[in-house]
Amino acid sequence: MQRQMDKDVLISRLYRTDFKRSIADVFRIQVVSNSDVRSPIITLGSTSFFHVRINNLYVVAVTKTNANAALVFEYCYRFINICKAYFGKIDEEAVKNNFVVIYELIDEINDFGYPQNSEIDTLKSYITTESIVSSSIAAAKSSKITTQATGATSWRRADVKYKKNEAFVDVIEIVNLSMSAKGTVLRADVDGHIQMRAYLSGTPECKFGLNDKLVIDKNEKGGTDAVELDDCRFHQCVRLNDFDASRTISFIPPDGEFELMRYRSTSNVKLPLRIIPSVTEVGTSQVQYTVTVKTNFNNKLSATNVVLRIPTPLNTTSVDCKVVTGKAKYVPGENVIVWKIARLQGGQECTLTATAALTITTTRQVWARPPIDVDFQVLMFTASGLIVRFLKVFEKSNYTSVKWVRYLTKADGSYQVRF
Amino acid sequence: MSIRAPRKGENYELSVDLNSEYREKRKDAIKRTIASMTVGKDVSGLFPDVLKNMQTDDLEQKKLVYLYLMNYAKTQPELVILAVNTFVKDTDDPNPLVRALAIRTMGCLRAEKIIDYLCDPLQKCLRDENPYVRKTAALCVAKLYDLKPELVIDNGFLEQLQEMIADSNPMVVANTVAALTDIHIAATSQPGTSSSDPGVFNITTSILNKLLIALNECSEWGRVAILNALVRYVAQDEKESEHICERVVPQFQHVNGSVVLAAVKVIMIHMRGVRREDLTKQLVRKMAPPLVTLLSSPPEVQWVALRNINLLLQKRPDILQNEMRVFFCKYNDPLYVKVEKLDIMVRLASENNVDALLSELKEYSSEVDVDFVRKGIKAIGQTAIKIEPAAERCVNVLLDLIATRVSYVVQEAVVVMKDIFRKYPSTYEGVIPILCSNLDELDEPEAKASLIWIIGEYANKIDNADELLGIFVDSFTEESYPVQLQTLTAVVKLYLKKSDSSHGIVQKVLDTATKDCDSPDVRDRAYIYWRLLSMDPAAAKAVVLAQRPPISIPRTTVAPALLEELLGEIGTLASVYHKPAETFVGKGRIGADAVRKGGEVDDQFSTQKALQTVVAGQQAENLLDFDDSTGLEGQPSGLAATEVFAKTPAAANLLAGTSSNPLDDLVSIFGGPADNGGASSSSLPAPMAFNLNGSGSAFGAVPISPAPPTPAPFSAVPQSAKPQQQQQQPQDDLLGLF
Repeated sequence: MQRQMDKDVLISRLYRTDFKRSIADVFRIQVVSNSDVRSPIITLGSTSFFHVRINNLYVVAVTKTNANAALVFEYCYRFINICKAYFGKIDEEAVKNNFVVIYELIDEINDFGYPQNSEIDTLKSYITTESIVSSSIAAAKSSKITTQATGATSWRRADVKYKKNEAFVDVIEIVNLSMSAKGTVLRADVDGHIQMRAYLSGTPECKFGLNDKLVIDKNEKGGTDAVELDDCRFHQCVRLNDFDASRTISFIPPDGEFELMRYRSTSNVKLPLRIIPSVTEVGTSQVQYTVTVKTNFNNKLSATNVVLRIPTPLNTTSVDCKVVTGKAKYVPGENVIVWKIARLQGGQECTLTATAALTITTTRQVWARPPIDVDFQVLMFTASGLIVRFLKVFEKSNYTSVKWVRYLTKADGSYQVRF
Repeated sequence: MSIRAPRKGENYELSVDLNSEYREKRKDAIKRTIASMTVGKDVSGLFPDVLKNMQTDDLEQKKLVYLYLMNYAKTQPELVILAVNTFVKDTDDPNPLVRALAIRTMGCLRAEKIIDYLCDPLQKCLRDENPYVRKTAALCVAKLYDLKPELVIDNGFLEQLQEMIADSNPMVVANTVAALTDIHIAATSQPGTSSSDPGVFNITTSILNKLLIALNECSEWGRVAILNALVRYVAQDEKESEHICERVVPQFQHVNGSVVLAAVKVIMIHMRGVRREDLTKQLVRKMAPPLVTLLSSPPEVQWVALRNINLLLQKRPDILQNEMRVFFCKYNDPLYVKVEKLDIMVRLASENNVDALLSELKEYSSEVDVDFVRKGIKAIGQTAIKIEPAAERCVNVLLDLIATRVSYVVQEAVVVMKDIFRKYPSTYEGVIPILCSNLDELDEPEAKASLIWIIGEYANKIDNADELLGIFVDSFTEESYPVQLQTLTAVVKLYLKKSDSSHGIVQKVLDTATKDCDSPDVRDRAYIYWRLLSMDPAAAKAVVLAQRPPISIPRTTVAPALLEELLGEIGTLASVYHKPAETFVGKGRIGADAVRKGGEVDDQFSTQKALQTVVAGQQAENLLDFDDSTGLEGQPSGLAATEVFAKTPAAANLLAGTSSNPLDDLVSIFGGPADNGGASSSSLPAPMAFNLNGSGSAFGAVPISPAPPTPAPFSAVPQSAKPQQQQQQPQDDLLGLF
């Protein structure tokens, strides 16, 4: 497996005997210099290249076997995440400045092509940089690390101590919407994940409860606010057998921040913003826009960082936009009108009117009309209606703990309205 | 370093620093050495200097030196011997991290000379009290096997690994399983191994239970290794199959997509042994949500998941019945994801969701990527063919698309319309005028050929068919061969349907095709038609206007036997390519090995599989060609076969050489005249070739002679036509024609 970038290999590690470093040249010719790559896996002869692109870097895995493709890609993304956790970012500079640590890391998380421990928390306890320092590793401590790295709770050290025991739960939902030009919802779903920051002493046993329909049906014969989750997936600390048997989410959390669960919901998705576009092509020289944004949540809440990206035809010369709220401007490089609204209170409604002037072109290709894309964030609101019912912490020393819950719903490149 | 020093000097400087009396300076020098190594500079000359720094308490420094050793051990084997002592000593270090590091690195050195020194420390480490060292040592056995299998066997490491499956630590179990599987694959792929060899890693019932226990406790990657091993287990009875399924199902909830797919794989395999209807249903129901969730993964993982979902749907079309909407393409999905989603949407199409599907497909036709737009339009055609009650709605959508007058949209729509006409003959004749009015728009051979086919097919219903075809006859020599072939056939059809008004045009096209055309294919077909028409118009009718076999969308794109095999490969490259691993790894081993493997299950299974493998092997170079063109073409029909066939010079002979039962053979050649274009030419249907081979060559000499159709060839007619039992007198007007 190896990693490389635009022109040169930045860093590579060969786990097996069947390749030489020069295999990278083949990849460079076939993928990097090829503008029309139509698959993330390329097989030439019996050599397969798996690649993931991040910024200007390619993370590439090469094999001559019938490798597990799903595992390879999951591993590549894990590697990227670990690098981000260690260096804050992943780009050419970060790799060049930290190659020693990266070598250490890739040897630790992969041996002979088999992924090993990739828990960031554990790795940080014995692979260190200037910014991530842990006290010198004495032999006695090393054996503690090794038991942790291989143990049944490989994600947690045993000797964690906090003066104040706190747990923060962030419920973050990403709404995916695709709405047709007629205003019917083609697809609306929520990708949620629950991020937890646990600062709890000892080995706490946690129980977690949601207003998930399946749980509620079992326990108290249905509640009106129950939410139907299509699927949920858990961090490896959650006991899957318990969940399968009784739908209880019980676990010993890692120390610090981690993603407790991910879920998906498709029924009764509350759409925080409604976009009503009206776009008319006047002859061949003009397009007129009227785009209205309506909020669809409680007056006490507000949507922040609202950004609408409204596509214009490729032959647009200039756009004249008028808005009352926020700022709108035409970005010629991307062929969009970007309309930014810093804050939109519940119940509020605002409108953009714009006229795009077009040049006359000879091609009579119709304008493809890509969808309007909306990004936003709404605090203390969940599109799925999910609520955290309880988080119970049990520990031998029986300390009391403080728990905080936050909700955030956002859209990020996947809230799309056709017109 | 103010002045660019020559490389030699640079290395010299490093060498000085590596021997410095200050620790920090030495460590820094090692880092710089590694940096040079990373950018590809040759720093092998520093080997002795770096080696001196190996004995240190500083773990980081040790790692760096080891890294250097791994890189250059192969080129400097003599010097590596010097390091052996330190390595062996390190495997006794009180710090488990050092012990593990030493054994891990020794396994990676790959120098012949050092291997013999590896065995003793490895022996020790496999029994180490620390699980971290044990799990590293377990993989080291696989490394050793890769280098020198004898050593592993002679030292009893295999037995030791097998014992380690019972280790108390789940991570050790997972790595042991990974190592054993690795060795097992290496051992069984060795050509020397006889069939009596039981294999290195046979999973027994007691191992099974240990694996099931470790499964719930080990790391995500370990779970994948264990699940993969579970796939190979052969359940003793139904109860055991059920037990395995029940224990594995909770893994569906894992956050790691590769764990989910591996669990799906285990369930698909062991579900074969489950007979309880309700349990099967329950398992299938539980499988759907995690599969859908994979679609919110990064695009590469999504793509792997989609390719696998495609496979799963071929086996169990009911899995995602109600989930079609989640496969709707997002505007910013990468193209490879969109194309896969399209395929799956068509698979999931049913009467209930066809309206939503059609409006979505229509939407795609305005996207930017031409390939994707075309695939979207193709999908509309596939939907029409798949769901009869929705065909009319599909046709209406296609008409809307044709009205956009975007060239490639119109052309693709015309091609798709042709398939709809094939499936539902004489149903949508009202559409024909609209299609014909777009004649001028068409510039692609496939679209032209399709429209010409439609005109020929409905020649009797189109008033100005002769006019329309006349356009193509006039430009005959400038057209591409598929268009020429299609024009030829269409004109002949027109003649057979409306003989009174089309003497001129048929004469003209046969003339041009036989005299001025440089494709032997076109010429040969023209000769055959000419002869048929002049000798036996009734036979011509039977041949040219023969009923075509109906087309349908195949439910599977891979053969059933292959599908079963691929289900055991879910998540791997084989499942992504929908091809057996033999086609793209190793030396393309087929034959004895493959047959033996299949023979254990079922004889028929194995022969089918061998055949599949051969076919797939021929396409091995086209691995990247994911274009599943098989979607529309129900059967690779006659023309496609002959086209491929005709590429070899000898084939031209065979093509014409049909005598013993010309009707049958001709039908098989022209049965579905050209409506496939060349689309399915990649699949060479072997039986068709044999069919042609077997026939005689009474006509043989005639068509390949470049001479124009003078009366001479026709003198041979009565002679060669003898075998035809029901020969009729040639009609007078036809003779007049010639």
